[in-house]
Amino acid sequence: MPLQPSPTKDPIPGTVIFDGAMAMRGYALNKMCYSFNEEAGRAAFLADEDGYCDRFGLNEAQKAAIKARNALDLIAAGGNIYYLAKFIGMLGLNVQDVGAQQTGMTVEEFKAKLQAAGH
Amino acid sequence: MAKIVGGVTTSHIPAIGNAIAKELFEDPYWKPFFDGYPAVRAWLDKVKPDVAIVVYNDHGLNFFLDKMPTFSVGAAFEYENRDEGWGLQPLPPYPGDPELSWHLIESLVADEFDICSCQEMAVDHGFTVPMSLLWPDRAARTVKTIPVAVNTVQHPLPTPARCFKLGQAIGRAVESYGKDLKVVVLGTGGLSHQLDGERAGFINKAFDLMCLEKIVDEPETLARYSIHDLVRLAGAQGAELILWLIMRGALGDKVSKVHSNYHIPISNTGAGLLVLESA
Repeated sequence: MPLQPSPTKDPIPGTVIFDGAMAMRGYALNKMCYSFNEEAGRAAFLADEDGYCDRFGLNEAQKAAIKARNALDLIAAGGNIYYLAKFIGMLGLNVQDVGAQQTGMTVEEFKAKLQAAGH
Repeated sequence: MAKIVGGVTTSHIPAIGNAIAKELFEDPYWKPFFDGYPAVRAWLDKVKPDVAIVVYNDHGLNFFLDKMPTFSVGAAFEYENRDEGWGLQPLPPYPGDPELSWHLIESLVADEFDICSCQEMAVDHGFTVPMSLLWPDRAARTVKTIPVAVNTVQHPLPTPARCFKLGQAIGRAVESYGKDLKVVVLGTGGLSHQLDGERAGFINKAFDLMCLEKIVDEPETLARYSIHDLVRLAGAQGAELILWLIMRGALGDKVSKVHSNYHIPISNTGAGLLVLESA
């Protein structure tokens, strides 16, 4: 039976704590994203996405989330944002683009939300 | 004897590296951020540190989840910056001070901090962005560096209290080093930000301003938070406040504030800047 996430006394809405359970769940996915530090890894992925995912042993949920470029699904599948950032960056997206996607906003709305935090 | 002359805290967001590369110093978005730094450089010109101990977190360049040390200290002649995958051009290597590194490692382990020593250590934007902000003229930069990397990737993260104590142990280690060296400690990262989840974009200005104030004279009040508190109050990546607490611990009981700046937003972050001088 897979390790279950440790029960927190006080869950934080919209936040996944990347603990041992998540790190085990996401190991293959994060390992693939870690390989995107290198140009060769990025090129190999872009040349054959499915084959590259299989080479790292991604499960079906992880493969589907990669295919859909869906950040929330990638996180639910055990992805850690620091490794996912390499995947995101490789696609030419930045953290505002991904923030907008995760919060269901347009990028302009998301940037306005950040600006508003300063007031 | 070696002496800690002070500390600097600064955000280390990758977008800053891009903005520096594109020289966006006068750009309206960036100007309120970059305008905070000339005063820091003037202070550094005055105190002339020989070594910078750079406390940062690796974001998946040097360390992967196969081995995730809680605290790591560099012990290399130089530290390479490498491709992180998203287009920041790697910068030339940073010279180290392995003799002081090994003194730190000996002293910390004797002091019951069982750190991981690294004779090879690639440093990422968490290290390079602060270096570029503080010493933009690479050719004129003479400061040597010692990276101290802290796990903020995979929970459990070290507690704020433990980080503050590590800082105090770093302070004791430096003060017991026989050479006449001036050391500055950089606490990088922060302040509040969250990149992941439906809560992405969370920034807590009131909390950030409270941290900027309390860390000067009452750092123990910040060290009492749990990591879970920091995630709730400062966002998932706002837990990087522990890096600031290591810096603050190293400076000793009494410090004076030389300069501070705070600006929202830089990328997804409340960007805090602080210069503290040791008494």
